[in-house]
Amino acid sequence: MLIKEGSIRIPSGCAVSAIIDRSKKRFSGEAIIRSISVMHERSNGLGGGFAAYGIYPEYKDYYAFHIFYENAEVKKNCELFLDDNFDIINLSKIPTQKVSEIVDEPLIWRYFVIPHPTKLKASQLDEREFVVKAVFKINTTIKGAYVFSSGKNMGVFKAVGFPEDVGRFYKLDEYEGHCFTAHGRYPTNTPGWWGGAHPFALLDYSVIHNGEISSYDANRRSIEMYGYKCTLLTDTEVITYIIDYLHRKMELDFNEIAAVIAAPFWQTIARMPEDERKEHEYLRNVFSSLLITGPFSIIVGFQDGVVALNDRLKLRSMVVAEKDDLVYVASEESAIRIIEPTLDKIWYPKGGEAVIIKTKEESKSK
Amino acid sequence: MKRVYVNEQWCLGCRLCEYYCAFANSNESDIVKALKDKKIHSNIRVETKGNINFAVSCRHCEEPLCVKGCITGALQKKDGLIVVDKDRCIHCYTCIVCCPYGAVSPSADGVIQKCELCAKISGNQPACVKGCINQAIVYEER
Amino acid sequence: MNYIYPEYEVVRNYARCIVCRACENQCANCVHRYIESENRMESKDDDCVNCHRCVTICPTRALKIIKSDHTFRYNSNWTGKTINEIFKQAESGGVLLSSMGNPENYPVYFDKILINASQVTNPSIDPLREPMETRVFLGSKVHKIKRDSNGKIDTSTAPQLDLSVPIMFSAMSYGSISYNAHESLAKAAEKLGIYYNTGEGGLHEDFYKYSKNTIVQVASGRFGVHKSYLDTAAAIEIKMGQGAKPGIGGHLPGAKIVGAVSRTRMIPEGSDAISPAPHHDIYSIEDLRQLVFSLKEATDYKKPVIVKIAAVHNVTAIASGVARSGADIIAIDGFRGGTGAAPTKIRDNVGIPIELALASVDKRLRDEGIRDRVSLIVGGSIRSSTDIIKAIALGADCVYIGSAALIAMGCHLCRSCQSGKCNWGIATQIPNLVKRLNPSIAYQRLVNLVTAWNHEMREMLGGMGINSIESLKGNRLMLRGVGLTDKELEILGIFHAGE
Repeated sequence: MLIKEGSIRIPSGCAVSAIIDRSKKRFSGEAIIRSISVMHERSNGLGGGFAAYGIYPEYKDYYAFHIFYENAEVKKNCELFLDDNFDIINLSKIPTQKVSEIVDEPLIWRYFVIPHPTKLKASQLDEREFVVKAVFKINTTIKGAYVFSSGKNMGVFKAVGFPEDVGRFYKLDEYEGHCFTAHGRYPTNTPGWWGGAHPFALLDYSVIHNGEISSYDANRRSIEMYGYKCTLLTDTEVITYIIDYLHRKMELDFNEIAAVIAAPFWQTIARMPEDERKEHEYLRNVFSSLLITGPFSIIVGFQDGVVALNDRLKLRSMVVAEKDDLVYVASEESAIRIIEPTLDKIWYPKGGEAVIIKTKEESKSK
Repeated sequence: MKRVYVNEQWCLGCRLCEYYCAFANSNESDIVKALKDKKIHSNIRVETKGNINFAVSCRHCEEPLCVKGCITGALQKKDGLIVVDKDRCIHCYTCIVCCPYGAVSPSADGVIQKCELCAKISGNQPACVKGCINQAIVYEER
Repeated sequence: MNYIYPEYEVVRNYARCIVCRACENQCANCVHRYIESENRMESKDDDCVNCHRCVTICPTRALKIIKSDHTFRYNSNWTGKTINEIFKQAESGGVLLSSMGNPENYPVYFDKILINASQVTNPSIDPLREPMETRVFLGSKVHKIKRDSNGKIDTSTAPQLDLSVPIMFSAMSYGSISYNAHESLAKAAEKLGIYYNTGEGGLHEDFYKYSKNTIVQVASGRFGVHKSYLDTAAAIEIKMGQGAKPGIGGHLPGAKIVGAVSRTRMIPEGSDAISPAPHHDIYSIEDLRQLVFSLKEATDYKKPVIVKIAAVHNVTAIASGVARSGADIIAIDGFRGGTGAAPTKIRDNVGIPIELALASVDKRLRDEGIRDRVSLIVGGSIRSSTDIIKAIALGADCVYIGSAALIAMGCHLCRSCQSGKCNWGIATQIPNLVKRLNPSIAYQRLVNLVTAWNHEMREMLGGMGINSIESLKGNRLMLRGVGLTDKELEILGIFHAGE
């Protein structure tokens, strides 16, 4: 019998792509499918997925939970738990269509929820922490249920298959959002489980990742100290938690986060002006266990933008391009050119250099 | 000029320098063959009194009394180094009497011998320096 | 009548012996003797401790030491070792004494752990071409970001030790080892950008110049502790226990308390230096907290405080308590750790292996969410660069090396330190033996050892696809066990090879 992801750690290579409209104009998910499909060779049909931001404007104040269930029994249990802790504003099956390449689908449901006010108060947690705790509770204690998306006005869609087939399966072209990220996976083993596909998401943070980090267990065992539970044993999961921890809990900005997870070398830090050097030394020292080594290119989606980041040695390809308000990030230039042949600007960010793309509202308010 | 210096603080009085010196000047390739059952004639001597040990060899003086005293010119100063021309030595031993350090001595065949910093031997360090187990003997510019 | 037959025999190859008498000159145990009438050397095996001094310096390689094949009638219960110990005690009526680490045949877990390397999915990194970082900070790391009104991060931290490589020289007191040995350690620590540890013997006034690289120890005897001793140090270590002799104190015989040793320890010449088994002001964990804060108060909260404990059965609970007592760093000393002298039976039977202690302490501190509050140093015994890699992957921040450092300086592990007649000039105070250790040689050998280990560690890190040592810390997936039971694997928190 094959061991399901979560019981074993499976390394994988991958393709990543992202499109964001900085003016927050919404567009169809069709473009991102085209982009990721160009990099078909970088996936092997064992995982594909998308994160889409701005797709649920009518429910933008509610947490959108996307949940996989193994069977109806599990669903009943999980809904009891949700009912207990949240006000469920809306629930439905996530619309899908039959695609011959996508098989063994679980039950896939969507819930728009808000924490139950009395439960929230009793927990003495802030709202987002309450949601995070609930997600972990479901994922670790309700066997066969898996929350794979839990942010506001955003959603993750993923499955075992090539990403373009996954996109068609979820009818992604029927959604409109201001930002999409996509992932095609090339695991070195057969996970056969949908939860293992990317993006990996917690609250509004979604992470897609190409690489295999060599610091995995150091990172995992550290982040688990701060209340996270790594259930999937994937790099992406641990990176997501680290980003959530540093951004939401430690309130570091993304440049500072890059200085922790893809820290400059000490020799580079030594050459910095004193203030900057002190700050980098501080971040590297205090958060030393959250340094990520080994190859990665990651795209982090959050409510108001995306961040693209390479490992400190740039051991994975990643290219960024701009055209008017649109910004593109992808593993390969071809994945950008296919949707926008004429670009204003295209560049290859250096290793450890965070490319932070924020929507205009957000940029103004800062 | 680089000279051999001995640091009394580190000299253990083990006398190994004497044996390495004798071996180096023996023209033998095997130390056992060179020194076994032989009386050794070394150019460096360890002097010991109580807990104090000190190896002594030619200082290569700026104004060498041995050269001054030599009646045949067997001892000469060449580039700072005091060397022996064995063919000219007539065994008068004036040099032995003159040397305030006792660094000149008769060899097995009666001709005088003294430290020539292993100049005739290959290797960039004199044998006593190389062989010293505590780096008490050093070869350096001072 | 002496019941004990010599354990070792000195074998002299007379065909090679040139009678230079260096062996005679260098043996403090007077094993070698010159027979003038026969112009030959003779050896007396009874007094040989097998320290190899004569073997090493013999210019013709005419000497070797072999184990005697003299034997008792076969008995796997009453071994020769056991019988001889009884003979010794029946003769002396005393406690058996030994030195250096536990030599008995207990499992060495480091030797049953294998290290990972990258293949295909993740590139290995070439340390000759890419930066490979081994710098480590030790100290409490609090995850709390404070910013000023401009949003700038407040970069002040709890006091830290900054090391170029996660290796430190463990505590060895001036008294148990010689002035020259101390000077060698101090100079090497300075050159390497690491730290050495005074042990409980005070700090000789000549070595205050190495203060930036000095950890001073405060142990149960409080020998040599005064204000400027504390002020001068980079860190202060409270020694609660030692791996070689958990639960008991120390005893430096009066014979070694001479001259500078007496002055540095601040006790009269010739008086025995007896460190009590416990600190008599620490009978419980809350007392420890008071000492930690007394020392911090005395030094203005500018120096990290290390608490060193021996790896004993409930080391996890103790470490957890220590972590909550204000200590910045915990040092754990395994049961194979060395000593200048310890009761043999205690050295060989008390305590637990460092690998297991480390794995369970690291896990416990993480389970309790307090691992960041303290750094972990492990020692007893770290023998190689691979032991260090394995220790760090199990969860250590840094290692202490004691025996390995002594071996680098010339120690041949004859384990006779308690005699005070160390032929290598290390564990002795006899002036003409002390001078055998020339610090300019010994310091370079220490620097070479750590440099060599650092090279090896960088190669292994690169092989794992890691380019900074902090990404190895606690990275137990980089380890696999071989030939270990499920329970052992569970405690070590690693998978079996093949899994």
